[in-house]
Amino acid sequence: MIREAFSELTKAIRAGTFVYTGEIEPLKTTSLEETLETAKILKGHVIAANITDNPTAFAYMNSLIPSYFIQKEIGLEAVYQVTVRDRNRLAITADLLAASALGIKNVLALSGDHTTVGDDPGTKPVYDLDSTALVDLLRKMVDDGTDIKGNKIDQPPKFNFGIAGNPNADPLDPEILKIERKIELGADFMQTQAVYDVDLMKEFVKQVSRLKVPVIVGIAPFKSRGMMDWMVKNVPGIVVPEDIQKSLLAAREKSKEAFLDENLKIFGDLIKEIRNTPNVSGLHIMTIGFEWIVPKLIEKANQ
Amino acid sequence: MIITIQKPDEEINKMIEGRDRIFIIGCGTCATECQTGGEEQVKDLKNKLESLGKKVTGQLIVESVCDQRLTRRDLRRNKETVNDSNAIMVLSCGTATQTVSEISKKITIPCCDTEFIGTTERIGKFYERCRACGECILYDTGGICPIARCGKTLLNGPCGGQAKGKCEVGGWEKECAWIQIYERLRDEGRLDLFKKYRPPKDHSEMASQREVIFR
Repeated sequence: MIREAFSELTKAIRAGTFVYTGEIEPLKTTSLEETLETAKILKGHVIAANITDNPTAFAYMNSLIPSYFIQKEIGLEAVYQVTVRDRNRLAITADLLAASALGIKNVLALSGDHTTVGDDPGTKPVYDLDSTALVDLLRKMVDDGTDIKGNKIDQPPKFNFGIAGNPNADPLDPEILKIERKIELGADFMQTQAVYDVDLMKEFVKQVSRLKVPVIVGIAPFKSRGMMDWMVKNVPGIVVPEDIQKSLLAAREKSKEAFLDENLKIFGDLIKEIRNTPNVSGLHIMTIGFEWIVPKLIEKANQ
Repeated sequence: MIITIQKPDEEINKMIEGRDRIFIIGCGTCATECQTGGEEQVKDLKNKLESLGKKVTGQLIVESVCDQRLTRRDLRRNKETVNDSNAIMVLSCGTATQTVSEISKKITIPCCDTEFIGTTERIGKFYERCRACGECILYDTGGICPIARCGKTLLNGPCGGQAKGKCEVGGWEKECAWIQIYERLRDEGRLDLFKKYRPPKDHSEMASQREVIFR
């Protein structure tokens, strides 16, 4: 059974449009101002924006709230990210019901970085469900109209839901099998971890193509030299080819502007490669803190 | 085996403040193997207490403190000295401390922290292997427990936090249990088990004090 396309994102993917999605990170604040400003910048350039759920296990504003407001105030569709790190199945089910009531159409099911890498490492991690069980929960809610236990839901939610994949995963085989497990449970789409290495990206897409799931490939340009060093050091398994690092560092020696120009060149070329790869449905651009580069990147890739 | 470590002196000293007649109990099983509550550690504690001006009323190693029958018997045999004490210090796991407390009705001082159920490579190298979850899935997972050994207790791993088979918890030094499970099942020709979806655990059995009663 093919699930109905509830979201603009899923409708566009099914229509064969190459989609662009962005990413917005709520911060440790009670103000929505920055989030909404970011959404304004992204609007018109991406079809939807992911709202992160306590990324790297830092406690930020609950991702549901900005997800609702960017749709309502800015008219940008949200991909509501839900991790299984902080809430048990009871709380997640409750939040998903609330999300649907608020008009959320896309959910991304994630494990979430471990609490020990966060800003309060002593936090108790929950993991009552894992990301695969969250896909199972979403399928049951949407398709069967029940919670994960089978208890009936009145007016079940209408979500399309996605999973994450990591093209950098080493070894890759268990990653592919895990993705297959989630696709068989009924995920609608996949967004990937940031890729920098074209060959890795192509191999990954080739391997998942038999699963017939729309793949939205992730990229994460570098805001600064510091961010590049941090990504290389801290993001698990991220592979940034030496030549990319070298050319960016050489540009940074000249000036900050040259560093950003080099970013546009490198990631513009990467986007072109991704778009020309068969079986890729779209591009997920992660540019936390410098979203203004998104329109420039897409323009560069279109040249 | 129950793996224990000794509590720091400062913590123990606070608990014995104002208690001048102390009985010491060690354990002949796990705590002896961990070198936290065997003959030598009981002797060391006795010397330490005496140097602090405390009176050690008695000391003994119960073969297995968690066995109420053995602890009751040994406490009865030392009834007078135990009664003459105003605290019992237990060099063993949390179960042992509670067993002594329940039977003796004395103020009982835990001298160890209970770490986990683990395996011994050699003395001083102990590794967690079981969380006593009450629902063993080791056949399905190639003899490697993801509840005890995956940082996220995932039933359907690995997660995105592994890199080259190492786990993000602790900075990519420890093995990712799910990569180990994958490799083991692959080598055994049982990858169908790896790919199988395992629904979330039923935690209702773990919700309260667990009991096993069969007669």
